[in-house]
Amino acid sequence: MYHYDDFDAAFVAARVEQFRDQVARRLSGELTEEQFRPHRLMNGLYLQLHSYMLRIAVPYGTLNSRQMRKLAEIARKYDRGYGHFTTRQNIQYNWPALKDTPDILAELSSVEMHAIQTSGNCIRNVTADHYAGVAHDEIADPRPYAEILRQWSSLHPEFSFLPRKFKIAVNGAAHDRAVIQAHDIGLQVVRNNEGEIGFTVYVGGGMGRTPFIGRKVREFLPERDLLAYIEAILRVYNLEGRRDNKFKARIKILMHEKTLETLRDEIETEFAARDAKALDLPPEDVARVAAFFAPPELEPKKPVSDRVERRKSKDSRFASFFASNVVAHKVPGYVVVTVSLKAIGAVPGDASADQMDAVADLAEDYSHDELRVSHEQNLILPHVALDDLPAVYDRLASVDLATANAGAVTDIIACPGLDYCTLATARSIPVAQRIAQRFGDGARARSIGPLKINISGCVNACGHHHVGQIGILGLERAGEETYQITLGGSADENAAIGQITGPGFSSENIVGAIDTIVETYMGLRRRDDETFIEAFRRVGLAPFKEALYERSAGSDI
Amino acid sequence: MVLWRREGFAEDAWAFLADDAEAPETGSIVVSLKRWLAEREALASRTGPVGVAVDAGADAQAHLPELANRPLVALAFAKFADGRSFSYARLLRDRHGFKGELRAVGEVLIDEIPLMLRCGFDSFDVTNAPTLAVLEAGRLPGPPIHYQPGSGGDEAPAGVRSWRTISAARQG
Repeated sequence: MYHYDDFDAAFVAARVEQFRDQVARRLSGELTEEQFRPHRLMNGLYLQLHSYMLRIAVPYGTLNSRQMRKLAEIARKYDRGYGHFTTRQNIQYNWPALKDTPDILAELSSVEMHAIQTSGNCIRNVTADHYAGVAHDEIADPRPYAEILRQWSSLHPEFSFLPRKFKIAVNGAAHDRAVIQAHDIGLQVVRNNEGEIGFTVYVGGGMGRTPFIGRKVREFLPERDLLAYIEAILRVYNLEGRRDNKFKARIKILMHEKTLETLRDEIETEFAARDAKALDLPPEDVARVAAFFAPPELEPKKPVSDRVERRKSKDSRFASFFASNVVAHKVPGYVVVTVSLKAIGAVPGDASADQMDAVADLAEDYSHDELRVSHEQNLILPHVALDDLPAVYDRLASVDLATANAGAVTDIIACPGLDYCTLATARSIPVAQRIAQRFGDGARARSIGPLKINISGCVNACGHHHVGQIGILGLERAGEETYQITLGGSADENAAIGQITGPGFSSENIVGAIDTIVETYMGLRRRDDETFIEAFRRVGLAPFKEALYERSAGSDI
Repeated sequence: MVLWRREGFAEDAWAFLADDAEAPETGSIVVSLKRWLAEREALASRTGPVGVAVDAGADAQAHLPELANRPLVALAFAKFADGRSFSYARLLRDRHGFKGELRAVGEVLIDEIPLMLRCGFDSFDVTNAPTLAVLEAGRLPGPPIHYQPGSGGDEAPAGVRSWRTISAARQG
């Protein structure tokens, strides 16, 4: 993984001192909250319902054990013993004191971490496929490009006061695990006919109250032009994005209002007018950064382990874990293990300090000191030898992290909702907990198969409900929480926005409604392995609508 | 209002004229973009230099190239959070070859000044008292090293990676 050199370390240290000074000026009253706001936001500090919230960047979701232990230490020392992993592969703390935040950032800098640009109207933390470097279907590791973009976008003098936040995601595999078409810029690594690396560029994706799937503006962008082209997009956006209404300020609205063709022409015109030398990305610089992400040397082994097979045959829980939370590594004899932060009834994405330490130990002992955070709010051990899997499983189980539900109905993505967030209009966490409890972790949950449920507590859509196969949006109607359901959303290379089923459901009835949808799917699927999304694409919304609003007439929902 | 430059506080030689104020025959004046577009030739017949003050918006973008030969362009930050003038500054400096004085006016705050310098601004109309206090103390906030080339003319490449630079004129 990437390591800071003296330049990076000096930059982050200077930034910490700048923020320390800003906090001191805020505490003394010299800065008004309005003047302080953009600075605290550019350092990941939000003012929430009950307290400040500090969001820390985990660039492209990659961590080592030392960094994870530091996150645990911060949770104990400055927070209430836990942290929350987010849909943007970051971690946030819900209870820090303002006066402590410069110290927290200084502690983070000691393990090469920061909170720069995890919020604010600037270029946010760059995200990537959480299976980067280990996936079978990878064209190239997306992380070197994400790291270069992280550096280039840090305190960019021109793009620190954009009309609105700006999110970039990079995917390097054939299968899109980074939801790139739901980002302001989505980059798909591709090779052209000459075998050269480049990017297919999507612009204008986004969630929020007006969701859009990103549109293709460039089929093949040569690697050399990456920074110059991104700069051209950002400049057009900075100059022309709407600033009169923050709900219409994202680039997706600019694209919608201008049309794809016009915006693409403006981007290409701006790109063509560039100073060709200024932001050329030479291959030797890419190679220098890529060297940090060289895969560990793994001796190929037998693809089947007797130890694992024996354990599977006598331990059904282990067998379930193997079936749902373990995928093959590109090197035979190794696996990629998903550590579910979705124990039944737990808060999705939350991890205690003890759990963080346990996962850090496992990464050190069994995964070449590497960890990932996924946008599904789980953790990943990317390089586990198959023979070590029983030991890893037992240690995960001892800290309640062996829930066998990755990708299943109870692996729910949820925003913090009204329990924490000032923007929220309804609670998300209790709904996620109750749905998970309804389906549990027994035979029924397993028989449902892969199913992605996403919950957002307001139209800002931090829980990505628009691209959930079942999306739940919490709203407030006449003082009551009400939950609108969308079906058929998709967050991969076939990205789609879900369709609204109809009127919303009360907090009391939402779990029953989800149950009805699942039962309807189970009743109409053609085979046990026809997944929910496949079945939905075949039959459409109608049978679900009928089950929700007509057949049961509210009797059992 | 106080004028600040990289070297420190300075006297302002320029008079900003309201649109309905009569232009004096001599002296350095700054007029709005609208007035300059309407009275360009008449203003050129004066003996003193004429700068142009530009509010962010469609007009600014359309007429930016025509401002390349002005001795002064003042770009407005109506709110510090409106970042359009950062892009105008870089376009003027890097694309249109503007060599004159580039002034930031409006809500000019201490934490934005380093970014403005890097976009090619070289003078600042400052009214905010805390900003003046920090400038008087002679320290600019923020790292003196950067992850992208700037347009301020004082940066040199730093080390092996093409996108990194260092500000020669500044100490941390």
